[in-house]
Amino acid sequence: MKNLKKFLTLGLTAALTLALTACGQSAATSSAEGSQAAASSQASEAAEASAAEDTNAIYRTLDEIKESGTINIGVFSDKNPFGYVDENGEYQGYDVYFANRLAKNLGVEANFVSTEAANRIEYLQTGKVDVILANFTVTEERAQEVDFALPYMNVALGVVSRNDKVIDSLDNWNPDDSIIVISGTTAETYLTSNYPDIPLQKFDSYATAKEAFQNGTSVAWANDNTEVIAFSLQNEGYTVGIPSLGSADTIAPAVSKGNTTLLDWINEEIKTLGQENFFHADYEATLLDTYGSEYEDSLVVEGGETK
Amino acid sequence: MPDLGIEVLFKGTNMLRLLQGLWVAMRISLISIAVSIPLGIIVGALMTVKNMAVKAVSKVYLEVIRIMPQLVLLFLVYFGTTRAMGINLSGELASIIVFVLWGTAEMGDLVRGALISIPKHQYESSQALGLTKSQTYLYIIIPQTLRRLLPLSINLITRMIKTTSLVLMIGVVEMLKVAQQIIEANRMSSPNAAFGVFLVVFVLYFLACWPISMLARYLEKKWS
Repeated sequence: MKNLKKFLTLGLTAALTLALTACGQSAATSSAEGSQAAASSQASEAAEASAAEDTNAIYRTLDEIKESGTINIGVFSDKNPFGYVDENGEYQGYDVYFANRLAKNLGVEANFVSTEAANRIEYLQTGKVDVILANFTVTEERAQEVDFALPYMNVALGVVSRNDKVIDSLDNWNPDDSIIVISGTTAETYLTSNYPDIPLQKFDSYATAKEAFQNGTSVAWANDNTEVIAFSLQNEGYTVGIPSLGSADTIAPAVSKGNTTLLDWINEEIKTLGQENFFHADYEATLLDTYGSEYEDSLVVEGGETK
Repeated sequence: MPDLGIEVLFKGTNMLRLLQGLWVAMRISLISIAVSIPLGIIVGALMTVKNMAVKAVSKVYLEVIRIMPQLVLLFLVYFGTTRAMGINLSGELASIIVFVLWGTAEMGDLVRGALISIPKHQYESSQALGLTKSQTYLYIIIPQTLRRLLPLSINLITRMIKTTSLVLMIGVVEMLKVAQQIIEANRMSSPNAAFGVFLVVFVLYFLACWPISMLARYLEKKWS
């Protein structure tokens, strides 16, 4: 009987530990952008703890990819117009356009893997994809887990408001007004830490946030500037009063930490493609319908050089 | 009639892709169910064994699996095996492994519950009638256990089918993921498509689970 008790205590302790790491995990998956880096590293710690450290390289070098004839590229499959699947089941979008060109120039087939915001780092750390091209914003935390190549797009936050009451500054905020944000996005994190006095209305999805904003529950909506710009262009009566808020970030391809051969090749490629204005062509092919030509120069990063 | 945006399903091969997604979900769950039912019966029988060590091991297994969210199990099996052993499982195989582990644990507990719910006098009466131990199980205990087990296992099976919606987190494109892809691809042109597409997804899940419920009802009637 004593033995059984010991067993149970041991088992329950183990189970509890797992459950606790688990809670962090599932919480992370429901949130998007902001907290992914932290969540993924947590998950990886959990995985590492259960396993002996594997020192063998998990990634494939440039030559190994060439030899195999296919490159595995992690992209979003539901983020129109950056990475999505069209009605014929083909991957499309700004990221995918670039991915296809990379594969072509490398002389291999592109095998697209559908990734989620929360598992992008994990995919690289286990070498299950060679490159992530899933609208991956460069942050310091993420750069410790993966290697980023040169950027190919700019991203910042934006605030959209109604034409009759355009908001162009968050200073001197009227405490009766609130701003709509989508939970787990960088907009939420940014506003919470930099403007703690502004009341926020939080929604779980794009659709609900949009509905609420259109029904006039808040004076403004903060989100990635690409999102609010697209919204104001498609809906009458709205203006993006603050097109660029907070730190200007970039979006770049990412490879497994230490995969220098592939990283160097992608960097060279981005520079060479800059000479033919490739990313402007990419913008015109994939983003023009959504954003119009007005934002082309502010969104596109050509040849890896941010202004 | 509000605009449900169902028309997006008729663009290109969208409907076909949705059905392929359903097939992926059904394949994962049906294979897992087929494997975990026999395994679950063995584990359930082991749980009723008097041996303390066997009992403790099966108890720990059951509790660990039951407490851990399936999503964590999926991450551990899919990414963990690569990290720990350098084995590169496909997303679908990883899903099947997790679903078998989970299904076996829960099925085992159901079997254990059904077995110990058979009153002791059933065993004693059959002994009094001169039946051997295997005859007792074959003719007396197992038929009664099966009847008690049926509604519970149907519940588990339908739960397994529905839980396949989590496998999109490890890159398996099943029905829900295809639905999200379709909704997002048409986000600008038909913003209401979410309602229509999820309505169709609901109907498809229902159609997948309904025959199983029907079969269960038929069997229950037949066996009673």
